[in-house]
Amino acid sequence: MPAPQCATCHKARAALRRPRSGRALCGACFCAAFEAEVLHTVVAGRLLPSGAVVAVGASGGKDSTVLAPRLGISLRLVAVDEGIGGYRDAALAAVRRQAARWELPLTVVAYADLFGGWTMDAVARSTAGSGRSRACCTFCGVLRRRALEEGARLVGATHIVTGHNADDMAETVLMNFLRGDAARLARGGGLGSPGEGGALPRCRPLQLASQKEVVLYAHFRRLDYFSEECVYAPEAFRGHARHLLKLLEAARPSAVLDLVHSAERLALAPAARPPAPGACSRCGALASRALCQACALLDGLNRGRPRLAIGKGRRGLDEAGPPRDGEPERAPAPDAVPAF
Amino acid sequence: MCQVGEDYAEPASEEPPPRQPGREQKCVKCKEGLPVVVIRAGDAFCRDCFKAFYIHKFRAVLGKNRLIFPGEKVLLAWSGGPSSSSMVWQVLEGLSRESAKRLRFVPGIVCIDEGAACGLSPEARAKALAEMKLILQTVGFPWHVVALEEVFDLPPSVLRCFAQEPVGTEGAYKAAVDSFLQQQHVLGAEGAGDSPSLAQGEEQLSWPCTQDPQNPQSPDRPPTAAQTEALSRLFDSVKTLTAKEELLQALRTHLILHVARTHGYSKVMTGDSCTRLAIKLMTSLALGRGAFLAWDTGFSDERHGDVVVVRPMREHTLKEVAFYNHLFAVPSVFTPALDTKAPEKASIHRLMEAFMLRLQDQFPSTVSTVYRTSEKLVKAPRDGCAAGPPGPRCLLCMCALDIDTAGLCLPSPGCSEEGTGEWVLGFSSPLVPSAPLYLQTVPRLLGLRLPCICPRRSPPPHRPLHPAVLQGWGGCRAAVGGPGPARGAALLSQGGPPSPRHRAAVLRLPCEHEGLALPGPPAALHLGRGPAPQPEVPTPTLLREPWGALGRSACGATSHPAASPGPASSSRSRSTWLRTVMMRRRLARAEPEDECPGPETPRVPGLGPLPR
Repeated sequence: MPAPQCATCHKARAALRRPRSGRALCGACFCAAFEAEVLHTVVAGRLLPSGAVVAVGASGGKDSTVLAPRLGISLRLVAVDEGIGGYRDAALAAVRRQAARWELPLTVVAYADLFGGWTMDAVARSTAGSGRSRACCTFCGVLRRRALEEGARLVGATHIVTGHNADDMAETVLMNFLRGDAARLARGGGLGSPGEGGALPRCRPLQLASQKEVVLYAHFRRLDYFSEECVYAPEAFRGHARHLLKLLEAARPSAVLDLVHSAERLALAPAARPPAPGACSRCGALASRALCQACALLDGLNRGRPRLAIGKGRRGLDEAGPPRDGEPERAPAPDAVPAF
Repeated sequence: MCQVGEDYAEPASEEPPPRQPGREQKCVKCKEGLPVVVIRAGDAFCRDCFKAFYIHKFRAVLGKNRLIFPGEKVLLAWSGGPSSSSMVWQVLEGLSRESAKRLRFVPGIVCIDEGAACGLSPEARAKALAEMKLILQTVGFPWHVVALEEVFDLPPSVLRCFAQEPVGTEGAYKAAVDSFLQQQHVLGAEGAGDSPSLAQGEEQLSWPCTQDPQNPQSPDRPPTAAQTEALSRLFDSVKTLTAKEELLQALRTHLILHVARTHGYSKVMTGDSCTRLAIKLMTSLALGRGAFLAWDTGFSDERHGDVVVVRPMREHTLKEVAFYNHLFAVPSVFTPALDTKAPEKASIHRLMEAFMLRLQDQFPSTVSTVYRTSEKLVKAPRDGCAAGPPGPRCLLCMCALDIDTAGLCLPSPGCSEEGTGEWVLGFSSPLVPSAPLYLQTVPRLLGLRLPCICPRRSPPPHRPLHPAVLQGWGGCRAAVGGPGPARGAALLSQGGPPSPRHRAAVLRLPCEHEGLALPGPPAALHLGRGPAPQPEVPTPTLLREPWGALGRSACGATSHPAASPGPASSSRSRSTWLRTVMMRRRLARAEPEDECPGPETPRVPGLGPLPR
């Protein structure tokens, strides 16, 4: 049976059905609709004021590739090289091609330079063994955030933009609940952080776009991106959440955005909320304890006890005083950020 | 994998070497008895210690939240399943203890026969009912067996939230207990029996309660075939299992509420166990009910005002319940439920259940972690604007409506997904023969409450929109032209396929406008515009103030071009439905206009006739 007419322009043949609504659209109309939605997200949320210098976290994956051409502000690409062999080098090649195509200045920051020679592969070797999980995603996530900030400051950016899509946000919500991470649940929701305590404001323009639509958009715009998963991905807890999300989406397509909405509207007790952040005593970055998580993790690595900063209490670190009461459930390690 | 248990829920100490339970192992509590069951992570209990532990948990939950006052009438909601049977058994045992530790409330049992909704044959239902009555007679509390069909006879008061008597504070509770004890002492001295907490296996006729003339409560009167038929049709009209389950829960809650109110019970106890509540919490998250988790899964749920639902079994895991029932021969009845034998991917509830139980296998603290997170939830809007006047509430679940800051009114998610097509608009549907009082008064209620029938948060239809509907959009949009309000109502019109029976797809927002309900109002409004036939739509205006226009002035100008039979639908009932929806929105906004005069469709001035 022939494809129906595009529901918008009624001229071309429909090329796809939008995943959530089932509306049949041709490629051009879909791209226009997608772009308009993303633009509206940014504009309506007043996320990126005009004249901002925006560092786009570019990993070479589909989300950051879709992001780059769409925002009409001064963009800089910042790519982070975590030193994962066989994965990140290939992704970086894709980023370089994109930078050439869009003619945007590209800066690559590497873990090896920033964090005293620790690449992710080295971290994985150091935490492996004794039958416990390697917790690679914990390290990678925290250090990547730090690296992105450093890169953004290097290029003189005022905002950081990442390509997290709605599926990522929904997975994050599920993960936080399954791990009982009340602090992160309280902090999360909303379109990004406003940048408290000197950290750069971050936002996620693709937050309300479903992953399928991002893929379709990248296809129709013929964007060149890198789509293999990280070498350490099979160990991540996020895999469970992702699997569940796929099933939920199949059962009920609105579940993805419903999860994001639920997380926004969660009302947690004041005791469960994170305390007001201060500054790290070593590097001056945003931290809710004396040492920021990145410094704490690196500390542990350097001392040969990589798990020092993972888990409750963070005993053994030279911190000024024990953790405050009222946050006994603080989980210091963040969730694993998916490769994008 | 990142281990949830050791990183986030267990103490930071290294995991102890696993102890192999050998023959020499003794109960961890009394160190003497032979252990029969392992609770939590490796705590082996002997039979007596387990019983004591179990009972203690039950009493502790009741005692910690001092909500049940002595002498109060409490309705136990019993489904026949293991958790609620265990709860009933605990209450039975608790009432028969020595007087110092005796439970001090007056119980009754309600049992809802849901066979019609689950598609059971009348013989199977009768058999299950007979088994239940046997157990009910053994237990000896006053009992009420209600068929789900009686939901058609519910009065509209069920949908209202009555003003609650001020909840007792610490002092009030203590004072009440003291005075009760004193009273008992006096009565005991006089030789009169204790409060009639144990009626001798009679029905509620022994209670000095008023019979509701509409609901004569005779359990021997089976529901009429017409009612059963109507109920099956109602459930069949709901397309997805998820929506059916939600509908069933709503109906069940209302029915239990009604029974409680009729017979003067001020509390209802349900037997939700820890595992079930954790699953329910995750399911509610996935359904978009994050704002109401504290009510859905907390200890007490006072949404309905005068009747408070409490969950005393919320700290018992299903494993403990099952072992207790097995070891101490607690009777229970198995009745097939709506999702019995349904495939795992059939509904959100089933998916979550399978996921949680599987995860629990790998990470044994999953359920308790999720449960503990639920304890940290509070019953307040996130932004802490509790000082404001209570906003409008959802008709079905009594939770506050999700009103966007820009004024767009959204229903409690999860409610609008149900079979509200036939359910709420039953009075206009020819399918329910006797328009039930309950359902008929819904429009009248709307003077008090905003209906659930508001644009839902980005709820796309499950299936592609019928091409006729898409065309209808084209038509409606053309007619709508400029201002937001008309648009909003046009969106409302596209609720579902143009069939005479409107379905569970109540108000699905058109996908292009799915942004309407999203956290950041997305650009959807001007989507798909391109070559669309309304060049005069002021897009910049929409961008600047989309929701204000929609929200505030919507109903005054609710676009009745959409309400009049659009090109997509030729059936009368559909247009009636649309008109009703428009009327309702207008009523609900408390416009100074008078009552909607009926099937009138006031036209928006300035808009020409619908182009075809």
